[in-house]
Amino acid sequence: MATQLPEDRAESVFEDYKPAYNALQATAEANRCLYCLDAPCITACPTAINIPEFIRKISTGNVKGSAKTIFESNILGMSCARVCPVEVLCVGDCVYNEMDRPPIEIGKLQRYATDIAFEKGWKFFEAGAPTGKRVALIGAGPASLSAAHRLRRFGHAVTIYEKRDVIGGLNTTGVAPYKMKADRSIEEVEWLLSIGGIEIHTGKEVGVAPTVAELEERFDAVFFGIGLGPDKHLGLPGEDLDGVLGAVDFIEQMKLQALDLQGASRAVVVGGGNTAIDAVREAVGVGFKHVTMAYRGDEKKMSGYQHEWKAGKLEGVLGAWRTQPIEYVGKDGHVIGVRCVKLDADKKPIEGTEHVLPADLVLVAIGQSKLLDALNNLEGVEMDGKKVTVDKHGATGRPGVYAGGDLANGAKEVVNAVAEGRDAAEAIHRYLMGTEEAADA
Amino acid sequence: MPDLTSNCAGIKSPNPFWLASAPPANSGAQIMRAFDAGWGGAVWKTLGQPIQNVSSRFGGLHYRGTKAIGFNNIELITDRPLETNFKEIYEVKKRYPDNAVIVSLMVETKEEWKDIIKRSIDAGADGLELNFGCPHGMCERGMGSAVGQEPTVNERITSWAVEYSTVPVLVKLTPNVGDIIPHGLAAQAGGGHGVSLINTIKSIIGVDLDNMVLQPQVDTLSTNGGYCGAAVKPIALHMVAQLARHAEFNLPISGIGGVSNWRDAVEFIALGSTSVQVCTEVMLRGYRVVEDMIEGLENFMEEKGYAKLDDLVGAAIPSYSEWGNLDMNYETVAKIDSESCIGCHLCVVACHDGAHQCIHANDDKSVFVPVVDESECVGCNLCQIVCPVPDCISMVEVDNGWDRATWNEHVAGTGKLRPKKGAH
Repeated sequence: MATQLPEDRAESVFEDYKPAYNALQATAEANRCLYCLDAPCITACPTAINIPEFIRKISTGNVKGSAKTIFESNILGMSCARVCPVEVLCVGDCVYNEMDRPPIEIGKLQRYATDIAFEKGWKFFEAGAPTGKRVALIGAGPASLSAAHRLRRFGHAVTIYEKRDVIGGLNTTGVAPYKMKADRSIEEVEWLLSIGGIEIHTGKEVGVAPTVAELEERFDAVFFGIGLGPDKHLGLPGEDLDGVLGAVDFIEQMKLQALDLQGASRAVVVGGGNTAIDAVREAVGVGFKHVTMAYRGDEKKMSGYQHEWKAGKLEGVLGAWRTQPIEYVGKDGHVIGVRCVKLDADKKPIEGTEHVLPADLVLVAIGQSKLLDALNNLEGVEMDGKKVTVDKHGATGRPGVYAGGDLANGAKEVVNAVAEGRDAAEAIHRYLMGTEEAADA
Repeated sequence: MPDLTSNCAGIKSPNPFWLASAPPANSGAQIMRAFDAGWGGAVWKTLGQPIQNVSSRFGGLHYRGTKAIGFNNIELITDRPLETNFKEIYEVKKRYPDNAVIVSLMVETKEEWKDIIKRSIDAGADGLELNFGCPHGMCERGMGSAVGQEPTVNERITSWAVEYSTVPVLVKLTPNVGDIIPHGLAAQAGGGHGVSLINTIKSIIGVDLDNMVLQPQVDTLSTNGGYCGAAVKPIALHMVAQLARHAEFNLPISGIGGVSNWRDAVEFIALGSTSVQVCTEVMLRGYRVVEDMIEGLENFMEEKGYAKLDDLVGAAIPSYSEWGNLDMNYETVAKIDSESCIGCHLCVVACHDGAHQCIHANDDKSVFVPVVDESECVGCNLCQIVCPVPDCISMVEVDNGWDRATWNEHVAGTGKLRPKKGAH
């Protein structure tokens, strides 16, 4: 089961951008927390961790209790502590912001407690008494893992199918390495699996083998947590040149293997979302001297987090705004530049503005397409444009079929996937035990 | 500039800040450095038959990241030869004639008192302080608080000291008594010229949870010690004020107990002290703290229009009354300033769990400012105490139309009380 990753992975050059607290720092920060009632930080957390409570427990030296409080709401609390955009979630809503005082460093405190829990090998949860019910989960990312763990606490038998050879989903293959490296994600999954009774089949793409129909026959409920699938491309001339990659593909390669980047010095990242920002910062980190983000909108309009983009700028990344790629330019089969045109305020190309951004590597970060083949043609499952339609408990229109994570929310954070997986597990449990109405009432 | 000169029972010092009899006043070299830093006086660490101390000696009470809000010790009186101490007292007085040097004493027999008082005065002491307060070690040998807890013994030994002394005698009182009044009156009856209080409070500072031994630890054992530091101030203020307002008590008071800054000092002075003594804050942060104490007191007096220290002494005493004299019809309610409120809801939880359930989260979830049900608010102050934002919650007087009426008046049938609030 355990995946052994190579030591010389390209991501290994990155340092943590938010260094871990030591005990003194954590206690001092914990003591600053006001211990609000109905705290806004809890409301801002998609998994609704009882943040003031876990922080108070750090302040008294009850780190074990603190970690338990975190994991009770968010079983992936260790990775979320590292990868959550806390500035726009819990920390952003800390009441200290209202006082113009520095908000509590909730992410770093959560990392402190959960890291110690891992280091000490604390286990907080046991599988429930067997119910005889079986649930299949498709995809081994945060949504499925969160659902699987909760289902095991209820005593249901759980099987996960993952098409990759590595487990953890984007937590393993897609998180910016200055936040968390792949081996840490795998460690977390293994810790989660220690509840026992979660069967995982890697290298199994559902829809190919087994089929959804087979799963529905063998299991009492099915959860889809398959994420978004491969990078979208622009469909431009030169797309098949060496050195033109989807950003998510590139990040995955960087995180899982060594990269030969000899002689490469210029990278262009196309897009303006968080994947694009991750990609530019990662390109800088692995050694590209000149990194440009080409975005068709304005700097202020980009959907990526401003605090992340600001960090990228400080690392030397340039932004090319209102810039639309129209062709990849190559030489000897390898990309050497991106031909672009400037756009006006209505996103119309401006005549005479064609130019070439030199590039040894082009990363396309304009979103991922949906992995929907497995779900297509399932009666009752509906799509809402980009995503699978689910109710607030993760149920699709087909009885016994649930979904969560990027597939259902259209691409949010890890913490959203964890919350949706957990809540879907609660709903699946009610469905399996025939108590659904009581919970909805 | 206001005049900070202090005259406590005839002992004069350029300001009211004295080092208390304790480790910071253990030697001449220390006290000279303290005087250089600005201290007005020093009470020499208690002289007596030199003792031997244990290791370790001190313990701290730490709270939410703040170290030593309380402090305790199991150290005894001086462990240095008397000759050395007297020689140093002489040196200090020679070089610092304007600073007050008070010598703290603790011996057993009348002859010993006579001898040690004479030698102290010969060395140049401006005053004496009789240590009737030490609550550990010495009391087991019949001295310290063993004396201070027995008014007749206190009075007798005080009278010996006064008889043998040509300088003012302060009697240092122990707080380890049920009522401080008889002990202050005993010092007065014995002819003492003033009292100083409080000495330390009998205490156990804590237990080491790993080895289940009390702190501070001496090998595998420990013992009760004397508690002091910022946390004891309220106890000290009460005892000082009780004596200061007592009709039959008329001695000057040197106030001691948790004085950590000029604000604490003003409180002690306003409750009747003519000098204040400091130990723990100096032990934690050094003699240098006196610079802010002097400046802060000076600035305060200037701003408030007190020309000299005496004008401030006892200024708050008239406000200290009996519960039975409080106006039961006076009413305040909490008001929350919605502009500065940060929505932490600490007032809500405190009111619900610890007070009268009258502050509620807003029904409109988009508004984070809580709502005070003024018809239920008893004006207890708890919300204001827990609120982290300065001046966000104020306790505002309500004009309820009721005339002043105290409990005593009510009992006497001359006052009519308003209906109770918050009592269901």
